[in-house]
Amino acid sequence: MEFKTEELGKDITLVRGNGRLNMIAAPRLRSVVAYAVENGRPRVVVDLSEVEFMDSSGLGSLISCLKTVRQAGGDLRIAAPATQVSMVLSLSNVDRILKPYAVAETAFDD
Amino acid sequence: MTVDTRVEGRRGHGVHRLVVRVAVVFTVSFGLYYITWRWMDSVNWAAWWIAVPLVLAETYGLIDVSLFGLTMWRARRRGEPPAPIEGASVDVLITTYDEPPGLVRATARAARAIRHPHQTWILDDGDRPEMRAVAEELGVGYLTRGREWADRPRHAKAGNINNALMQTSGEFLVVLDADMVARPEFLDRTLGWFRDERVAFVQTPQVFSNVATGDPLGSQAPLFYGPIQEGKDGWNAAFFCGSNAVLRREALMQLGIVGYVQDTERSVALRLRDATAAVRRARRDHRADQALLPVLEKMLVALADARRALGNGEPLGDITYRLQRQVALADLRVGAGAVARVVAVVGARAGAGAGAGSAAAVVGRGPDDVGPRTGLEPDPDAGTDALNAVQLALRAIDVDRADEAQAILPLATISVTEDMATSMRLHALGLRSVFHNEVLADGLAPEDLGSMLTQRLRWAQGTMQLFLRENPLFARGMSPAQRLMYFSTMWSYLSGFATAVFIAAPVVFLVFGIAPVRSYGAEFMLHFVPFLAANQVLFLIGAGKTPTWRGQQYSFALFPVWIRACVSAFRNVVLHQPLTFAVTPKVRIHTNQPWRLVRWQLMAGVALAGCLLLALVRLSAGPQEFIPTAFNVVWVVFDLAALSVLIGAVRYRGYLAEEKN
Repeated sequence: MEFKTEELGKDITLVRGNGRLNMIAAPRLRSVVAYAVENGRPRVVVDLSEVEFMDSSGLGSLISCLKTVRQAGGDLRIAAPATQVSMVLSLSNVDRILKPYAVAETAFDD
Repeated sequence: MTVDTRVEGRRGHGVHRLVVRVAVVFTVSFGLYYITWRWMDSVNWAAWWIAVPLVLAETYGLIDVSLFGLTMWRARRRGEPPAPIEGASVDVLITTYDEPPGLVRATARAARAIRHPHQTWILDDGDRPEMRAVAEELGVGYLTRGREWADRPRHAKAGNINNALMQTSGEFLVVLDADMVARPEFLDRTLGWFRDERVAFVQTPQVFSNVATGDPLGSQAPLFYGPIQEGKDGWNAAFFCGSNAVLRREALMQLGIVGYVQDTERSVALRLRDATAAVRRARRDHRADQALLPVLEKMLVALADARRALGNGEPLGDITYRLQRQVALADLRVGAGAVARVVAVVGARAGAGAGAGSAAAVVGRGPDDVGPRTGLEPDPDAGTDALNAVQLALRAIDVDRADEAQAILPLATISVTEDMATSMRLHALGLRSVFHNEVLADGLAPEDLGSMLTQRLRWAQGTMQLFLRENPLFARGMSPAQRLMYFSTMWSYLSGFATAVFIAAPVVFLVFGIAPVRSYGAEFMLHFVPFLAANQVLFLIGAGKTPTWRGQQYSFALFPVWIRACVSAFRNVVLHQPLTFAVTPKVRIHTNQPWRLVRWQLMAGVALAGCLLLALVRLSAGPQEFIPTAFNVVWVVFDLAALSVLIGAVRYRGYLAEEKN
């Protein structure tokens, strides 16, 4: 799995992943987000539209990232999950905490 | 050929199971017959102070043996495992804290030599350079805790493994204690069970290679790592025992996520309520303060907004983020002096509700909680306290589990025996477990009485903590039989109280002539003997070829340890007092007074021996009360035989010293 990052506005980082967000990719996502925070961009949106599969480790890494950015005064948002990812989010009840936004680019527009 | 023997084996197993079930039915029936008679017709109420404890202790025993019967009812012998899953990625984790590097080195070498492809890691909670050197020398991974653990609860071994889970990525993980030398076939023999995708873990037996003939310290647990675990396995309730097990990462992560969601939902709701109440009280108490009121009002509006959103089912991430920003804006708009006053007022109230567990949250917050302190008034100490308290009340309303190093804590941290808590929660998620009854690793047992007692105390304390914190009878998600399998093990740790009564009752009778039973005559024997006999038969059949006398002796003789464990766990969980916690030492502890460690048992032994002499004198004097006296003599002899195990334990000088002789 590859992660690509883009900078939005003055402190938002957009992370796009594609493929499988699983136990192999999880540590990489965490380091991508940690890097963004270290560079003063603690508001992170993860675009899940190209993620075709996510396991509990992948989900766990999203939660770990949420912790990282919150402690730096930022926030983590997720956007546009496909079917399997949506199902994992709702079966695990994580959607009670992290609700997916429709579009990654506008997730921080509030 | 092989097929034939297997069928025969299965048939033999079927016959065995039938015989066990017959024995269970007889034991429980005779037991009910006896205990009903005891309660209804035979309690000597005149001596209630000993009669009632005895009948309670006997009732305890009947429940205990019934649970044993339930365990044996569906005992499962699994036999040959399926072939391992091809290409499965595995991390082998060796946990260490302060064990000598040489010992860990032997363990790591053996782990590295496990045949199935894997990565070996040393998880060094002691963060020792010499341990790192060993890892480098052997070419195995080395992991320690990161910065995020500073000033936060470390959760001992569970924390150590949770930390490693975040830094490794194998599909499966093997957990090994620092002294557990694995055999090369460890993974080949266990991974196949995971072909069933619902299987969360496979536990194998724990045996020890440094145990002298006769097992003077009762180190081996052949009954547990045999018939009992096979019995639990039959109900899909095999226990994870902290070492010599393989776990599926996915199952653990699932557990960690469920825990995170539950904890976050609970804590956000609770903290919103506490903070609201604190701000309301402050507004009421300072109605006249014109500078203060607008700020408090803003906070209340923000809190009310958050509570409304919570009620509407909005995601907690959004609610808390909005709230934190509003609170931060209020901070910015008001001058430093005003904030300090708000803080002083609100904080004094909010402290109680926010809970001590969140104290660490403030520590980790960085510089922004220092700023407003400049405007503080006369009493700087009270001001600082108040500042911290308001930060707790408002800032603690978040989804980042700020009081923990990790958001996801897969291995349970609510008990010092993290393994049992974890397996219970995995079962509650509807996952499966396997007990694979084949020795695949050899460990080191404590070699002296003091270490052994410390270890047993810790196991018992952990079990009772779990009993009080997350009682399996009321936990959701498990089948009734699974609940009872956990309950059974917890129940067995209450035996200390019963044992104390079983020691006291015959002494009271032989010394003072006070009988807890109306008569020890024929009627008593008629009710009691069938139960006793069936009980023994069940135990013999259930255990099969497994030696059990050593275990029975220790479960009796360590009654002060069990009592202490129950009392300290109760104090810890219910009264919130710290649990004195000790890591089981792998090196011998030398003590000059080993007898002091067993002083209660020594006193009991002296009392029992004394009244044995008294009884023998009385019996030789004449036939008066012959049967009751003889019965109590037999009882005392049994008690003494059980306690006698401690003589060997106190005199034990360790494995090498014994084997040289």
